[in-house]
Amino acid sequence: MHDVVAQVSNFIHLDVANITYLFLVGFVGGLVSGFIGSGGAFVLTPGMMSIGVPGLVAVASNMCHKFPKALVGSIKRAKYGQVDLKLGLALGISAEAGVLYGAHIQESIKKAFGDAGSNLYVSVAFVVILGVVGTFVLRDAWKTYKSGTSHEEEKVTKLARWVQSINIPGTMVYFKSIDAKVSILFTIPLGFATGMLAATIAVGGFIGVPAMIYVLGAPSLMASATELVIAFVMGLGGSFKYALHGMVDIRLAMIILGGSLFGIQLGAMGTTYVKPFMIKVVMGVIMVIVLFSRGLMVPVYLSQLGLISTLSEQTAKILKSTSFTIMISALALGAFIVLRAMWVGRRAEQRELQGAVAHSKA
Amino acid sequence: MTSTEQKKRTKPVTPLVLTGIVSAALYVALLTNQDFLNNNFAKGGLYAFLPIITAFIFSYFHGTFTGHFWTMLGVEASKKKKEVK
Repeated sequence: MHDVVAQVSNFIHLDVANITYLFLVGFVGGLVSGFIGSGGAFVLTPGMMSIGVPGLVAVASNMCHKFPKALVGSIKRAKYGQVDLKLGLALGISAEAGVLYGAHIQESIKKAFGDAGSNLYVSVAFVVILGVVGTFVLRDAWKTYKSGTSHEEEKVTKLARWVQSINIPGTMVYFKSIDAKVSILFTIPLGFATGMLAATIAVGGFIGVPAMIYVLGAPSLMASATELVIAFVMGLGGSFKYALHGMVDIRLAMIILGGSLFGIQLGAMGTTYVKPFMIKVVMGVIMVIVLFSRGLMVPVYLSQLGLISTLSEQTAKILKSTSFTIMISALALGAFIVLRAMWVGRRAEQRELQGAVAHSKA
Repeated sequence: MTSTEQKKRTKPVTPLVLTGIVSAALYVALLTNQDFLNNNFAKGGLYAFLPIITAFIFSYFHGTFTGHFWTMLGVEASKKKKEVK
């Protein structure tokens, strides 16, 4: 590891353009995170690498901006009564174990198959997990919208009802978001999977939030807010681990944090104006678009590993830049949906208030 | 309008200015001492506490500032009581 430190100890020079770029990407990432509990990291890490930051420093610095951002976001959303601290901590601690194990798997793959093998593993994880979970979340949101029940209380899934019905003595814990006792033998693997995904694709929430909604039976708003607690626990542990090896570039982390704290406040406020199914819409849309973005990179890595015929440099370049552009547009679209939903919600509330004032005057 | 409601609607000018000054000072210090930070915050070992503590300090002051910032611009959470379930 000390060799790695020696390689990455030269942090990049920051100019005004770099600072502005990091601040803006941080803002959009923060906006989406404040709303759905995660996101942004999948753009921030490659975004930092695109301006010359070494991969490990980018991952470490991203992590170091993530935990203070998640802290501010979770405190904000706790004020709206959306955070289940106990569930967040229970999942967060097991997620920490998942992060360590996920990082270990990453290292083993990198040792055995090199950078291309490691990148292929990450891309395939993206495509498979986002393909399955993202499609499911988006379909569920679409069904809710079509059925005209978006204003009604969210229904607990059959799976969640079954999980809540299982009684394993000595392991049962009451969680307020679920309003039921659930065995921690269910929460541990879910947290672990969240951590593993976070170590692999940097966004554990793509498993954590759907797991809380569909497997444990938590409402969408509480699941996305509780994910911020998980992100804080995972981010704090992960940052410390990387900082022990001197890989955190505090300048990068704090500049991104500068933008993301503006965004996370806005995203958190946005959740008070929207119907719960909007959480699923934003999350599902981002997941499915990112899936295509990473899918484009699979041939590049397969070619680097010699598993398919070699792609021309030009083709690889086009695929890479298209993939990055699609990834940025996923985040931008997510941010647009959040802002639009907030705008519509605020206008509706203002109209209602004006109507009430006019009525009372009459 | 009761005095309590009026109090609630008062814009947080003083806290915004105070946290804004501290936050700006922190960022100025960060950008003007880049060599010092690169040399000392990335040493690893016990020095790992430096970036972590820094992140907490920034999140407190800048987080409070950004909260007040949106309030000053009139962007606030919905006033309707939201049932989460």
